[in-house]
Amino acid sequence: MTKELLDSTDMERTITRMAHEILEKNRGVEGLCLVGIQRGGVHLSKRLAERIKSIEGRDVPVGMLDIALYRDDLNIRKEYPAVRKTDIPFEITGKVVVLVDDVLFTGRSIRAAMDALMDIGRPARIELAVLIDRGHRELPVRADFVGKSVPTSVGETVNVEFSEEAGVDRVVLTGK
Amino acid sequence: MGETGRQLRSKDIVGIKDLSREEIELILDTAVGFKDVLRRDIKKVPTLRGKTVVNLFFEPSTRTRTSFELAAKRLSTDVINFSVSASSVVKGESLIDTATAIQALGADVVIIRHSSSGVPHLLADHLNASVINAGDGINEHPTQALLDAFTIMERFGGISGLSIAIVGDILHSRVAKSNIYCLRTLGADVRLIGPPTLIPEGLFDPDIEVFHSMEEGLGDVDVVMMLRIQMERQDTGFFPTTDEYFRLWGLTRERLALARPDAVVMHPGPMNRGIEIVSDVADSPQSVILDQVTNGIAVRMAVLYLLSGARSGG
Repeated sequence: MTKELLDSTDMERTITRMAHEILEKNRGVEGLCLVGIQRGGVHLSKRLAERIKSIEGRDVPVGMLDIALYRDDLNIRKEYPAVRKTDIPFEITGKVVVLVDDVLFTGRSIRAAMDALMDIGRPARIELAVLIDRGHRELPVRADFVGKSVPTSVGETVNVEFSEEAGVDRVVLTGK
Repeated sequence: MGETGRQLRSKDIVGIKDLSREEIELILDTAVGFKDVLRRDIKKVPTLRGKTVVNLFFEPSTRTRTSFELAAKRLSTDVINFSVSASSVVKGESLIDTATAIQALGADVVIIRHSSSGVPHLLADHLNASVINAGDGINEHPTQALLDAFTIMERFGGISGLSIAIVGDILHSRVAKSNIYCLRTLGADVRLIGPPTLIPEGLFDPDIEVFHSMEEGLGDVDVVMMLRIQMERQDTGFFPTTDEYFRLWGLTRERLALARPDAVVMHPGPMNRGIEIVSDVADSPQSVILDQVTNGIAVRMAVLYLLSGARSGG
């Protein structure tokens, strides 16, 4: 069973609203940077940066973060995850870092991402932006900017597809 | 959550000969992520907390052992160094007894260097722990070849189609053997240069070109990979004197000028300056010898990570 949660127009509007919210909360782009979590968060962070640029006319630094080395489930996984590129070509110490991920689920990825960030620098503040919040938190984590909250059951899968990879922008919920 | 990665098929890395092209590329891709860790202020990740790595060295080595030790520590493992003079091997304990005792201490990974070819293979069969070959006799030194490949890729963006000359004592060099397998698997055009006494005939594919003159062999190559003259193995007269060796096979400015203008010079260390390579060349901008040392840590971290992944979940 598959259900489309957002189509490409919905996604466009949602990302635009999130960009506005990020700017509103931080009162512009001063001291702001975006860090996308590999892999879904990377595309979203670039989209947000484009939107912010079109609104404010200013570039905001964008980096990408791989969290494989910080996961809490390495000892219970059957296989280790692939190690992908971390590329944050700017100083994050003293900055407001908006962590960006496509789906917020258990919160464990965000815990790992915050630990990884702390090894790279000491941000003044970390905020969290996610396109979909699907609930079922296992750690006390909440997002500051949410595209859409979707009630799901644990067995379901939420897939965020970006045209850069999937050829189309959409969010799909797949049932068991 | 999070997708699973590509995996190594074996729990051990005994030789490049046993690895597929996909596995070599997996190790090199993974090392890119670890190289980034080495550039940070905090050069350590918590990934392999609780795991134990044992360096079991039956041959003296400072560089390779230190490199493995640092790689293991930067992954947050506990590291124990066993060297032959300090161990019970001198008391007559057999190799396998030593190794199984080390495993009983709780080792997850055993890194072995031994003067006899085939020892890592033997241990890999007897231990549940992962075994990494850190050099066995004149057979293989797989992580050296992997770090060399990584260094070449960093400079040239790829390896396929590059012309790479390996120069010197091929016969006694496990570095050369691992590199020949590795670079050819990745699509490089490998040639060997050295005296006939030190290049064994019939050991390699007949399509590997062999040159017995630097002037003929170095023309238009992209990479000049020098080997160390192993003084400890030269007592049986493979060449007359080190002076003569330098005159015929030493890498000088003039000889390096025969290679491509952007060619790089490599050496696994420790160098015998003035015998196989002159300081002018070793310290020139074309030299990537120090990059090799740094990259060794990243590549060994990748190997430790991937082998732990291959063992995980039973």
